Amino acid sequence: MSDVSRGDDPPYPPVRARSQAIVSGARAETVIRSGYQRVLPPVGDLRRLKSGAGSLRLIERHVRAYRHLWLVFASGITEPLFYLLSIGIGLGVLVGKVPGPGGQLVPYREFVAPGLLAVSAMNGAMYDSTFNVFFRLKYDKLYDAVLATPIRPLQVALGEIGWALLRGVLYAVAFTLVMAIMGLVTSWWALLAVPVAVVIGFAFAAAGMAATTYMRSWQDFDYVILVSVPLFLFSTTFYPLSVYPRVVGVIVECTPLYQGVTLLRDLVLGAPGPDLIWRAAYLVVMGVAGVALAARRIARLLLP
Amino acid sequence: MLRRVPEVLVRARGLTKRFGAFTAVDGIDFDLFRGEAFGFLGPNGAGKSSTMRMIGCVSPPTSGELTILGGDPVRDGVAIRGRLGVVPQEDTLDIELTVRENLLVYGRYFGLPRKLIAERADQLLEFVQLTDRADSKVDPLSGGMKRRLVIARSLVNDPDILILDEPTTGLDPQARHVVWDRLYRLKQRGVTLILTTHYMDEAEQLCDRLVVMDRARIAAAGTPRELIEAYSSPEVLELRFAPEVHEAAAEKIKDLGTERIEATADRIMLYVDDGDEALERVRGTGLEPLASFVRRSTLEDVFLRLTGRRLID
Repeated sequence: MSDVSRGDDPPYPPVRARSQAIVSGARAETVIRSGYQRVLPPVGDLRRLKSGAGSLRLIERHVRAYRHLWLVFASGITEPLFYLLSIGIGLGVLVGKVPGPGGQLVPYREFVAPGLLAVSAMNGAMYDSTFNVFFRLKYDKLYDAVLATPIRPLQVALGEIGWALLRGVLYAVAFTLVMAIMGLVTSWWALLAVPVAVVIGFAFAAAGMAATTYMRSWQDFDYVILVSVPLFLFSTTFYPLSVYPRVVGVIVECTPLYQGVTLLRDLVLGAPGPDLIWRAAYLVVMGVAGVALAARRIARLLLP
Repeated sequence: MLRRVPEVLVRARGLTKRFGAFTAVDGIDFDLFRGEAFGFLGPNGAGKSSTMRMIGCVSPPTSGELTILGGDPVRDGVAIRGRLGVVPQEDTLDIELTVRENLLVYGRYFGLPRKLIAERADQLLEFVQLTDRADSKVDPLSGGMKRRLVIARSLVNDPDILILDEPTTGLDPQARHVVWDRLYRLKQRGVTLILTTHYMDEAEQLCDRLVVMDRARIAAAGTPRELIEAYSSPEVLELRFAPEVHEAAAEKIKDLGTERIEATADRIMLYVDDGDEALERVRGTGLEPLASFVRRSTLEDVFLRLTGRRLID
C-alpha cells in the first residue's frame, strides 16, 4: 500500500485525484496512504442518471464523435431541397394549380412543399436510427460498453432516438426557412410546422430503431427502403388524396407519413381542422411504441 | 492499513444461469472480499464469462443468491454498475473516438463531472502508458495498447471492484507482461480484482484466491498454494523415452509404486514428493529415459487434473 508514493511509479489516478481534491500539503500523505479506507466511492450523480439524463450522455457522445462531420450532416438538407426545386418549381410550371386542403386552388409548389417537409423530417430521423444504430449495435459494440455503466436500455433507446430526432428537426427547420424565403408559407399556422416536424421525426426515429434491432445484416435494410420509398411517393406528398380510388385512398389514410403530410400541409396552407389532433396523436403513439419496443429489444439482445 | 475485518463485496450461493435448456452456471458458491484478487480458472465454456456477466449486472441470474456491494443485481443494477469497473473479454472501445475521448465519454456515462474526468483521463493514460497516443484513433493501436486502454477506461469511475474477463487472451508475451504489471500495481494499492483466465501463470501471479470452474460448476477453491497441495504433489518428474519403448516404459513405471502417474503421447509424468528419488527408482528398474526433468508442481498440474486433458473447443 505504501508503494503509492514511490517515485518511479506512474500515479494511480483515483488516489492522486482524491488526495488533491481533499487536502493539500502535509496531510496529503496520510490521505494517500489510507486511500482505500473510504466507505463509499464517488459514484457520480446517479439520481440524475435515473431521471433520464443518461440518454443525454449518449447524445453527448455522438456530438463528440460527429463534430468533424457536420458537413455530412448539413448536406442531408440538400435532398429535399433538390426535390422542391425540380418537382415544386420545375414540374409546378406544367401542373399549374391544384385543390388545397380547404378546397381552394393553390399553386403546385405551395402544395408540394409541406409534403416534402414531412419527408425531410422522416428521412433525417431514419438515417441515424437505422444505419447508424445498426453499426453501433453490431460493429462498434457501443451499447455493450454503455450498458456496463449505469445507463439502461430505455436510456439507450431514448438517447438514440433523441439524436436521430435532432437531425430530423435540423432538416425540418432549414427546409421551413427555405420555404419562407421562397414565399411558400402563407399562414401563421406554419409556425407549428417545426413542432409537428419534431413529432414526425420522433415517430419515424423510434419505429426505425425498433425495426433495426431485428436486422441481421446490411441486406435486411432493403426492407427499410421497401417501406420508406412507397411512403415517400404515395403519402399524398405529390398529389391530393382525391387522385386515388376510394379503396386505395383508405389504405393511404392509415399510413404514418400521410398523417405527417396532412398535418404540415393543412398548417402551412392555413386550413387546420380538428382532425389534426388525432393525426398528431397517431404519430406520438407510434413513437412511444417504438421507444418501448426498441428498449425491450436492446435489453433482450445485449442483456441476456 | 486496510481494514482487518474482511468485507464481503460479492456473495454468491447456488448461483445459476440457464439459457433455455443449456446450463452455463450450475449452482456455484463463492465470496469476494475487499482488497483481494480473486480468479476464476477454467477451460472455455466452463461458465466463467457467464459468471462475470452476472456480477457485472448485465445478465440476470436464473436462480440462486447473488449480492454485489450489498445490493441485488436486478433491483440495484444501476447503482451497482456505477461502482464497478469492467474489462470485457472482447474490447468494446469506441472506434469513432480518440484514445483520450474514449475515457472522457465513458466517464460521462457514469454522470461524473467533466473536469474530474479530464483530470483522471490524463492520469489514467499515464498509468497505462498511453499518454503519447492520447489523440490517436483506437483502430491503429496494437492489441496490447487496446487492452491497456480498456483497463484505463474501466478505472475512470474509481470502481470498488474491477472485473476482468480474460484480460490478456490474445496478447503477445511482452504485452501480457505489461498488462500484468499494471494489474499487479492496482492490486498493491488495494483495488479488488476479480478475473477469469485460462492461463495458469496469470492466475499464479495475480490471484490471492481462486476457484477452478469446469462444466458450469466449481471443481475446487483455495489459494494457489492450497490447490497445489490438495490436488497435486510437491514435485513432478517428467520423463521422455524413445517412441518405440514409450508405452512399455509407462506400463513398467505404473507397476513401480503408489504415486499418481500420467502418460501423454510424448511424456510420462510422475507426481511425487521427491523427484530425484523417484528418478533413481525408475533407473533402478533398468529403464533409461532419453530425458528427465524434475520440477515443482504448478497450478497447471492442478488444472489438468481437475478439468482433464480433453479438448474443449
